[in-house]
Amino acid sequence: MDRRDTIKSLLLGSVAVGLTVQGCISKEDNTTEVLPKDNTPFYGRTPEERERDKRLHEETFFNEHELETIAVLCDIILPKNENFGSATDAKVPDFIEFIVKDMPYHQTPLRGGIMWLDNFCNKNYGKEFKKCSQKEQLEVCDLIAYPKKTKKEHKQGEKFFTKMRDLTLTGYYTSKMGIEDLGYKGNTPNVWDGVPDDVLKAHGFEYEKEWLSKFIDQSKRGEIAKWDADGNLIS
Amino acid sequence: MQIKESPKTFDVIIVGSGAGGGMATKVLSEAGLNIAVVEAGPYFDPANEEQKNQLKWPYESPRRGAGTTRPFGEFDAAYGGWDIKGEPYTRKNGTKFEWFRSRMLGGRTNHWGRISLRFGPLDFKRRSHDGLGDDWPISYEDVKPYYDKVDKLIGVFGSKEGIENEPDGFFLPAPKPRLHELYYKRGAEKLGIPVIPSRLSILTKKINEDRGVCFYCRQCSRSCSIYADFSSGSCLIFPAQKSGGQITLYTDAMVREVLTNDNGKATGVVYINKKDRKEYQLRAKVVVLAASACSTARILLNSKSKTHKDGLGNSSGLVGKYLHDSTGADRVGFVPGLMNRKMYNEDGVGGMHLYSPWWGNDKKLDFPRGYHIEVWGGLGMPAYGFGFNVNGLNEYIGGEIGGYGNALRDDVKRFYGSIVGMAGRGECIAREDNYCEIDPDVVDEWGIPVLRFNYTWSQHEKLQARHMVNTFDEIIDAMGGKVISGEKPGEDKNYGLLKPGEIIHEVGTTRMGNNPKKSVTNKYMQLHDVDNVFIVDGGPFVSQADKNPTWTILALSWRTSDYIVDQLKKQNI
Repeated sequence: MDRRDTIKSLLLGSVAVGLTVQGCISKEDNTTEVLPKDNTPFYGRTPEERERDKRLHEETFFNEHELETIAVLCDIILPKNENFGSATDAKVPDFIEFIVKDMPYHQTPLRGGIMWLDNFCNKNYGKEFKKCSQKEQLEVCDLIAYPKKTKKEHKQGEKFFTKMRDLTLTGYYTSKMGIEDLGYKGNTPNVWDGVPDDVLKAHGFEYEKEWLSKFIDQSKRGEIAKWDADGNLIS
Repeated sequence: MQIKESPKTFDVIIVGSGAGGGMATKVLSEAGLNIAVVEAGPYFDPANEEQKNQLKWPYESPRRGAGTTRPFGEFDAAYGGWDIKGEPYTRKNGTKFEWFRSRMLGGRTNHWGRISLRFGPLDFKRRSHDGLGDDWPISYEDVKPYYDKVDKLIGVFGSKEGIENEPDGFFLPAPKPRLHELYYKRGAEKLGIPVIPSRLSILTKKINEDRGVCFYCRQCSRSCSIYADFSSGSCLIFPAQKSGGQITLYTDAMVREVLTNDNGKATGVVYINKKDRKEYQLRAKVVVLAASACSTARILLNSKSKTHKDGLGNSSGLVGKYLHDSTGADRVGFVPGLMNRKMYNEDGVGGMHLYSPWWGNDKKLDFPRGYHIEVWGGLGMPAYGFGFNVNGLNEYIGGEIGGYGNALRDDVKRFYGSIVGMAGRGECIAREDNYCEIDPDVVDEWGIPVLRFNYTWSQHEKLQARHMVNTFDEIIDAMGGKVISGEKPGEDKNYGLLKPGEIIHEVGTTRMGNNPKKSVTNKYMQLHDVDNVFIVDGGPFVSQADKNPTWTILALSWRTSDYIVDQLKKQNI
């Protein structure tokens, strides 16, 4: 398709998204949460960026034990509920494996944090964190999950847990499942016509009458703009 | 000779394809001239599926949109950033300057905020008002017809307000404000700060058959695939090609210098083809530089010859001097009234729907000039970083911080959309001792001597930033919110003033004027020293107002292009 055809089809596309909006983007398109293992062009990257991603996907950072520990922690931080799956259901450990290769400054705090946690559990329970009972695991988490309450000797564990919580939540809420859970409604063609009335009322606002004339009448968005000599819109 | 020469002589060579270069390409090609456009980066079209990022979801990327590879997030359209591999710049005297470059067709217009403000009558004549800096050799009346034409050609939404130094234009209707913007309006107006619909070059209404109408995805920074926002490629260069203009595009072509003959007149340029790393020469009757204020200064300073010993157009010694960027300071507030939001699609356009123009021209203040306020917030799409410090805001309303388990899901929803940010963008006084020059020791990977920056803020800018921070904190308070940016930054932190360059409005390096000893170009942005070289980027700005420079770059580039056509017709150049 040459550029001109592209423009033509885009214009058709933009007519299609006019007022009825739909169609242009299907929610059930071929995107998937499985991380691309090769340089599939999921989105617009330069050749250098694509090459870098390919290389990162080919590398492995965490070992099996570390990944298993990360998975246990992810699901303590975000277990499933009645409507949505857990962090591991949303493949958060895969995301964490990628992000530490993308941002190497996460590597030592996470790898070392896992060792800190295993060391702590070995001392107190005689086994690694992942092998502890759920009750024991939660006892440990209670010591390091609340920044304002942490004892001095557990501060390093707290830093690790905070990083794990941050990455787990960010991984989850940027996944397809997490976005649905959040209820984010955007990233789709639509015609914005202001805050819904009930929301305006609930917050004690209205669009002031003297202001309304400044705003777009969305029924005329498709009409070509024309002005008089003084810059007043007449179409 | 090693340099490969093109046998053809163009009418005009345009260096750079951003706002200024794009406009010159359109106007000059439509006048029937034969144009070469030389761009240092690759071809880019936001409609191209392989380059497109619009409407992508965070999970389509393994790093979820993080900024590892691109400073404003990987879905941002800019190819480049503060640091470009193989193309360094340096600083001197321990000063700071950050330089953002986009290497791509359309340059930085592909990702910018689309804030499209006219300079007002006062902005061209500030020295006459406060005795600082210099007046422009032209006035608002000289530029107004071109602002009008730019409005109609490219499209900008806004509202007629009749504020003297914020001239109205030919506006498309504005989109209604979002909820947090209504909170902002209520808060700011309590303090007597005006709030009006923003003025962004995004099509809320159709302007022609070639461009789509905004479908409200808030992603202008990714460059619009239906061309509903202004980018130089999609709105100027492609249409110029489509209407049959004689345009030859050279991409991945980095211009090193302008060539001159024994009489000192420009004859063409030398560029490096980044693909084969060889030098090439192009010839033309006229050279138009639009590489960006600093890159153009660099090319001029690197264009030394028998007649132009200190660089082209530099008999005044002022090329690179009077470099100035907008001032900037930011604050963030948490507004409990915006907790527990009802969900709806609140994306809107790519940027704020409301803003505050400067309100203090007649006030007695401890700093000169002013700033405008940009506001952000709302129910935005999650990306890397979303959910960090998930319930830290409990600090302000009581409640547990940290923890784990499904309670975190409730925290996320409770606080989602309750943060409102404000950014001030103001005017810095241009000074001769803020400059870029050629670093005598360093070249980039193309063998081209690089720029070295020297830039300091004066007390004027610092006190302005202090006013911004104080004002934003008061607005946040008036919105019923709490400032969450921490203590007010003190003198040791320049009162919160961002580093020079960080606002990416750098201008002034080839400033215009009537006196060739005190300026680089005349009022038509033609070099005083060489009549067939013109500059149509932000370089010729005498002062930058508290307005984003793009709309003025476009208007002035059009004005200069008309002048070039006229001068060629009269055989004056």
